[in-house]
Formats: sequence, C-alpha cells, structure tokens
Amino acid sequence: MEIKKDSRLRNFHQAKWDEEIIFELSIPGERGILVPEVEPEIQNELGEVADLLPKHLVRKNKPALPEVSQMRVLKHFLRLSQETLGADLNIDIGQGTCTLKYNPKVNETIVRSHKASKLHPDQAESTVQGTLQIIYEMDGYFREISGLDAFSFQPSSGSHAILVMASIMQKYHEVRDEADQRDELITTIFSHPSDAAAAAVKGYKIITVFPDKDGFPAIEELKRVVSNRTAGLFITNPEDVGMFNPRIDEFTKIVHEAGGICGYDQANANGILGITRAREAGFDMCFFNLHKTFATPHGCGGPAGAALGVTNEMKPYLPVPTVAFDGTNYRLDWGNEYSIGKSRVFYGAFPVILRAYAWIRSLGAEGLKEVARIAVLNNNYMLANIIEIDGATSPYPGGKRRIEQVRYSWDKLYQETGVGTHDISLRMCDFGFHLWSSHHPFIVPEPFTIEPTESYSKAELDEFLDGLRHIAEEARLDPETVKSAPHRSVVHKMDESCMDDPKRWAITWRAYLKKHKGR
Amino acid sequence: MNTKKDFIHPYIPNSVPANKDAMMKKIGITDIDQLYEDIPEHLRFREKMKIPKAILSEVLLKKHVEKILAKNKSCEDQLSFLGGGCVNNYVPAICDEITGRSEFLTAYAGEPYEDHGRFQTLFEYESMMAELLDFDVVNVPTYDWGQAVSTSVRMAGRITGCNEMLISDTISSDRFKVIHNYCHPLMKLTLVKHHLESGMMDLDDLSSKLNSNIAGIYFENPSYLGFIEEQGQEIADRVHAFGGEVVVGADPSSLGVLTPPSQYGADICCGDIQSLGNHMYFGGSVAGFISSRDEEKYVMEYPSRLFGVTRNEKEGEWNFNDVAYSRTSFDGREKGKEFIGTAAALYGISTAVYLSLMGPDGMVDLGKKLVSYANYTARRLAELKGVRLRFTASMFKEFVIDFSETGKSVAEINQVLLEKGIFGGKDLSVEFPELLNCALFCVTDNHTKDDLDTLIDAIREVIS
Repeated sequence: MEIKKDSRLRNFHQAKWDEEIIFELSIPGERGILVPEVEPEIQNELGEVADLLPKHLVRKNKPALPEVSQMRVLKHFLRLSQETLGADLNIDIGQGTCTLKYNPKVNETIVRSHKASKLHPDQAESTVQGTLQIIYEMDGYFREISGLDAFSFQPSSGSHAILVMASIMQKYHEVRDEADQRDELITTIFSHPSDAAAAAVKGYKIITVFPDKDGFPAIEELKRVVSNRTAGLFITNPEDVGMFNPRIDEFTKIVHEAGGICGYDQANANGILGITRAREAGFDMCFFNLHKTFATPHGCGGPAGAALGVTNEMKPYLPVPTVAFDGTNYRLDWGNEYSIGKSRVFYGAFPVILRAYAWIRSLGAEGLKEVARIAVLNNNYMLANIIEIDGATSPYPGGKRRIEQVRYSWDKLYQETGVGTHDISLRMCDFGFHLWSSHHPFIVPEPFTIEPTESYSKAELDEFLDGLRHIAEEARLDPETVKSAPHRSVVHKMDESCMDDPKRWAITWRAYLKKHKGR
Repeated sequence: MNTKKDFIHPYIPNSVPANKDAMMKKIGITDIDQLYEDIPEHLRFREKMKIPKAILSEVLLKKHVEKILAKNKSCEDQLSFLGGGCVNNYVPAICDEITGRSEFLTAYAGEPYEDHGRFQTLFEYESMMAELLDFDVVNVPTYDWGQAVSTSVRMAGRITGCNEMLISDTISSDRFKVIHNYCHPLMKLTLVKHHLESGMMDLDDLSSKLNSNIAGIYFENPSYLGFIEEQGQEIADRVHAFGGEVVVGADPSSLGVLTPPSQYGADICCGDIQSLGNHMYFGGSVAGFISSRDEEKYVMEYPSRLFGVTRNEKEGEWNFNDVAYSRTSFDGREKGKEFIGTAAALYGISTAVYLSLMGPDGMVDLGKKLVSYANYTARRLAELKGVRLRFTASMFKEFVIDFSETGKSVAEINQVLLEKGIFGGKDLSVEFPELLNCALFCVTDNHTKDDLDTLIDAIREVIS
C-alpha cells in the first residue's frame, strides 16, 4: 500500500550489507592488532615459555579464531552496527515496560574518563573517594525517590534485584526460624516474569494472582492465597497494563498481617517519580532499574544496574559492602549484621551508576517530576490516538487513566483480517520502527505495549502513530504485504524452525559447520 | 531555574507549553495532574524530593561530575599490579569505537530483523569464545563470573538431580559469597582442600568427599591464587566416576597458551570476559560466560539467551534468532530455567571485536607475554631478602608473594608503594587466614619491563 501524501512515514530502508560471518573473512596471516613483544632480556632469562608451563597443559593447536586485518575488522562491526536499530535512531516507544529513553551523550563523555574506567576494585579506599562519593550520594537520592531508608547498588539488573529481594526476604524469615514454613511467594501475572522466576531460584513456590475484570490484580484472590506459608509479595505497580493499582497499600497490609514481606518492583518508575512512593504504599523493599527510568543505555541487553532499597528494619540484610561517610572520608562498610553476603562480584555496575548519577543531577527534583508528568502525558496522548485506530483496543476498563504505558491488543484486527501482532511488528521494521509483542503469557490476545517515555516529541509520536495507522489499514487492503514483511529491513522473513531442533540448531559457527557442512 | 510552568529541559521535548497544550486537548484534560487522578490522595507524595537543584547546562554538569571523579587516582595515574578477577589489560581502540556506536550502545530488544547486527555480533562472540574454549555452545554474557559459576552449579544440580556441589577452597571469597547466595538453600556447597605447598587440589580430600549424591565439582584453572592446576584430568576422572559434572572456571586470556578445560574433562566451562577488551570500572564492567558441549542435556538447562544461525539460501542471507527460547523465564516465568533479563551484552560485543583483532596469534602472544612477565617478576621478587613465592606450582599471570619474613605486613608495604605511585598486590591476609602477610600480584599486557623493574625496586626499598 502506498504511503499517504499527508503521512509522516518515511521512505525508509535499513542498511543491508549482507555482511559475512567474521570467520568467512579470515585470511591466514592477517593480523588485527599486535601484542608488544617481550623484551629480549626477559626472553633470554626465561627461555621457552612452554617450558614454564606443565607440559600436558600447553595448548597444542592455536584457537581457530579468524585472522583479519584491522580496518576490515572495524568495517565488519561498523556494518553490523548499521544493521542494528538503536534507540538513538529510532522512535523507540514500541518496547513497552522497558523504558527506552534518551541516554544523554554527555554522560558517555563523562564515563569514558580514565578516572572512572581505569579503577580497580581493590585499590585503596583513599584513591577511589570520588567513586564512593557518587555511590553514597545516589543512596541519598533514592531514599528521597522511594521514601525507604537504605540502598544497595550491587544488583546487576532488575531481575537480579528481584533475586536479591528474595534472598533478603528468605534471610529475614530464617532469622525468625520461619523460613521452612514460609515457602510461598505471591506475585501477579502482569508483574515482570522475573518476579516469579528469580524468586523460584531461591526455592519458593510461586502463587500467581490474575487480574479482575477491571484489569487490577484481584484483591479477593490475594486474601484467599495468603497464609502462614506466605513469605512475601513481589508486585509491579503500575503493572504491565499501565494502570496504577489504587489499593496497593491494602495489598501490603494483607501480606504484612499474614507475616509476609513486601517487595515493590519499580524497575520502571518512569511515570511516578516524585508522585507516589514505596514508603506510602507500605513496602519493605523496592528496586529501580538504572537502565530504564534513570536513562543509562541498554547496550544491546546490558550492562544494566539496579538500586535496591529497604526500610531500616531490613537494612541489616542488605548485600555488603555499602558506602559510609564520616563527614570527611567515604569508606566501604561491611557491617550489615544479617547480610545475605554478595550478589555480584565487587561492588556494582559503576559505569551504569555514574551515568544515572549524572542524569539525576541534570534534572534535580523538579526535573524528575517533570519527566514523570510528560511520560504520562505522552502515554495518554498515544492512548487517545491508538484507540481510534480500527482494529486496536486497550483492554481493561479499570483505571480512568494510564500511567507510563498501555498494553493494547490487535485482536479485533486479527479476527477481522488474520493479521496479528507478529505480522505488524515485522512490517513496522519497514518504516524504521520497532514494535514488540509483550511478555508471555499473552493474557491479552495479540498484545503490544507502548511506552513513549518523556524523550520523544509530539511530532515523533505522531510519526509512530502514522505507522500503526498505515499498517492497520494495509491489513485490510493488502494483508499479504503485511504478512510477508519485512521488505525493507536487513534480512527477509526467516524460517525459525531450526532454532528449536537440536539436530539443526547452531549456537556457534563451529556447530554450524559440523551440522550443516559436515566438517 | 525557570518557574514550574515553563520548566523546559533539553531531554524533554514536550515540556514546551505548545506541545503540552495540544496533547492535553487531544486527551481532553486541562492539567497534567488529572492524569494521576487514579492515585488516591493518601498515596500521593506531596512534598518535594530533597535532591539537589538541576544542573541544567551540559558544560556545568560535566564540570561538576568530573570534579568529583578527579578525587580518584586511576591505574593510569598509578602503576597497578592488582588482579584477582579484574585486570587492567589493554583495550584496543576499535573496541571502544564499536561499543560507543549509537546503534549498539542504545539498542535493546529488537526483532532479529531490525536488530540483525546485534544478533550476528553476539553470535560471533559466542563462536569465537567457542574456539578459545573448544566447546560448541557459549551463552550471551551473564552478569559476571560469580553468576556464571552459580548458574553452572545449578545446571549441574538439575542435570544430576543432586544438591551438593564440591568447590575448590582456593576460590576468591568474593566469588564464593555470590555463589553461596545464589545456591542457598537448594544446593549445599562443600569446600575441597588444597596442598599448602603447591596450591593444587588435595586429591585425597576430594575422594573422601565424593559420593553418588554429589552434583559435581567446581575448580578454577588458573586458580584465583594464580597457580596452574595440573591435575584437571585426574579430578575430572574421579568426579565422573561418581556421575558428577565437572565445572571449570577458566581465564579466557590464558587460552592461547593453556589447554582449554574441555580437553581435560570439563563438562561446563565458565569465567569472565572482562580481560578480553573491557575496561575495569571499579570492577563494574565484568561479564560472565558459560559454555558446554552441544548436547540437549546441557543446552536445555541454560537460562541464558543463546543466539543461533541459519542460512536463507533463497535470499542469500544469514539469519539469527534465539535457540530453544522455551527454556527461558521470558517464555515460562517460574517454569523457565532460573531467570533471564538484561545482563551484559555490550561487553560481549567488545570481546567479539577484541577476539577478531587478536586472532589466533594474538591470543598466543598475549598468553606468552603474561606467563613471561609473571615468571620474571615473581623470580626477581623472590630473590629479595625475606620475600618468597608462596606456591610451587607454575603460574599464568598472577602469583602469591609471602612477605612474612620481611617483618612487614602487606598493608604496610602497600601504603609505602601507594606513596611511590604503585598499587601493590592484593592483600590476602583477611580472605585466607593461612596466607597472612601474602599478596596476590598480577601482570598485564599494559606493563613493560620497566614497570616490572619499578615494582621490584620499590619493594626492595620498602623492605630493606
């Protein structure tokens, strides 16, 4: 279908290099970089290196890495970068729940300083006072943002923070000799999958509460499932559907009365900064993803980082060390009495923490609140437009408003045309967009989740809307074009079947050569 | 600062009143606060967060943060011999060029179409690591070495149906604590002793702890304490005889010169890729790898993303996608294997670039250089009065020096070295009570002979 004249859609084509696999570029003898030679005095003194090693542990065949000259390596990975649609180039609002926002470039400049990158974790504390100060000050900011009393920056991601919350909760019950009895963790189906999965790693039986007809987690169901076996509750708010649960304090009250601990999954807090907090909702713990709300780049899937907060009562359980300040010097404090120990080697993802620090300082309290307000404005603007698209709906009538995201459905379109979320996602590539389905399971049929954050202008939101409108119309007029997409992306529609077939899947080049080329 | 009504921030385009008004009109509201009407008043936070005022200009923000960072002394300011799981190896310029690319830096979870390059690069990462490790499966990076071991241990537990794992007692306490927290309470970790002289595993102690309820063993080679464990095959044979899985932690920078664990009995090999093209960041830019044979028994137990390749012959295109996605918690929530989420992919990309540049000869040269420098430095130091090399086994890039007979503690020695511009070896006194007055030194490809001699001369002065 032709792009309409008044549409903001682009006549886009993504870079398509048909770039080889790096091994196919290998030419024996080529070198990408040289290691400085060992000085002759040392060579003469020591003799053959192989003689310094146990004979049977000297590697016999060199690793069969590709041999490629420097510029060709550069070109290879530059081309692969062009075959990747980063948030910097995209109107990246189609990956709801993940808060793809602007990651300021000045933070990248700051983080490249050798005063950050060339620090070893075992340096004397006197030589890392700047780093410790930043971690200490971040603790203070997050106390304000959450209302809780102490933070650790050791969790490596949101899912990892959930694991740490589960560890703290377990230790808390162990100290009270109730850990064996309290073996159930309650979560909700519209909380992140890791709220269930990471808690299960600690041995918890997972009880999942489903939504009521309005789309809120069913409070009657919660009342039914709490008991003296309840270790705690891990819950997101707003949940994936984007509605604020107005009875959240009743949830924590019910769980507390049963003797459980409450962990607030604030991985994505982008719509509520300075608006509502874990403290007032009655939580014992909470966490924030620095790579979501706090604007650190997602890096193709990490590095990530989380700020994990607790009340004073839970502080003795935090991972060690935390950072303390005596008015003059900052130091690592290993003193938490019931600490779960460690969740990550060393002290946390410092490059992520540093970027988040710079972002918070660039906004201040007022700016953080403006971030939330505009993120919510943008979201409700998208909502008002998307529900006007024939075929798109926003299930659940519960809240009058949505906070930072909305889970929509293409089910009506799918029923009427046979074109569903997956098809539309692939067609969106043709216009330079990314559209994700949603977390499994698909309680909402043919789901998609839009989270526009504060980073995109009205004009950009309108462009993305034109993409959705165009494809929804195309599904009716020319469904084959949608179903056979993408047409202007890096590659064409693939046969995914081998990815689930142990005989054919190939997770490495050498496995591919063995399975498909008989080598 | 502007008044609230026209607080306009460069990061927030729709903070401009005209945009706000147009959007509010479409929504049918007159005040953004109406959008929060579902939040009950008693849950609203009506105070102002006590967070310092915005530093609105970029130039002042940069100056502010750099002023704080200036309080640090980096390993460029000082000469460093610290290692122990985080090293100051040289990072080629092209690694920073590629990981700084907007596309890679800011991509996240696109489809295998618009994010083809992300999938291909991480597939190539897996593939090159596989060549180093001589294994056919490698995961997309997890958080760190601690997590890589933790998951490997849990995989061994699921594969064998057993819940006790043996662990070499020369592991770093930091890493051990991570594994302990991850495995508690479902798996029990039992330490296996080492020979005090050589550092290598006490095989008698190993045998006394083996039985058919053991999920397997985890040991490291080279060990955290620097020495090379020569008995890998013997350990593997003994553990396999009881049906256990053999998990080996390896330093990938050693695999140009050292035999990969897969060739002496390892079933799973894991470790950290920080040393391969990644900076240190106070230990904050580590990333873990897990690898194994390409058998369903192993592959289906990975919680990680595994990117696979297939060929579209009609279009002449390589395609990439997730292998066996149904394993993951993304698909099955608590029924998936452990859990998956954002981890450390960008470091895998940097390592892909690094290994492409280094090639087979680069990795051999790197290994030789580190072995040479470690042996040279260790020998010279051991010639000093009262200084001795703690372990007799051969070394790769790290070694333990015992200062007991100098009459000085490691803390005292390191304080003087610090004043001379040197970060000395890591003090092991607290971590290993039997290694009182011992320090772990590490050499890197960033060092030169002059640097090594500077350290040796400085220590000579300190102890005399």
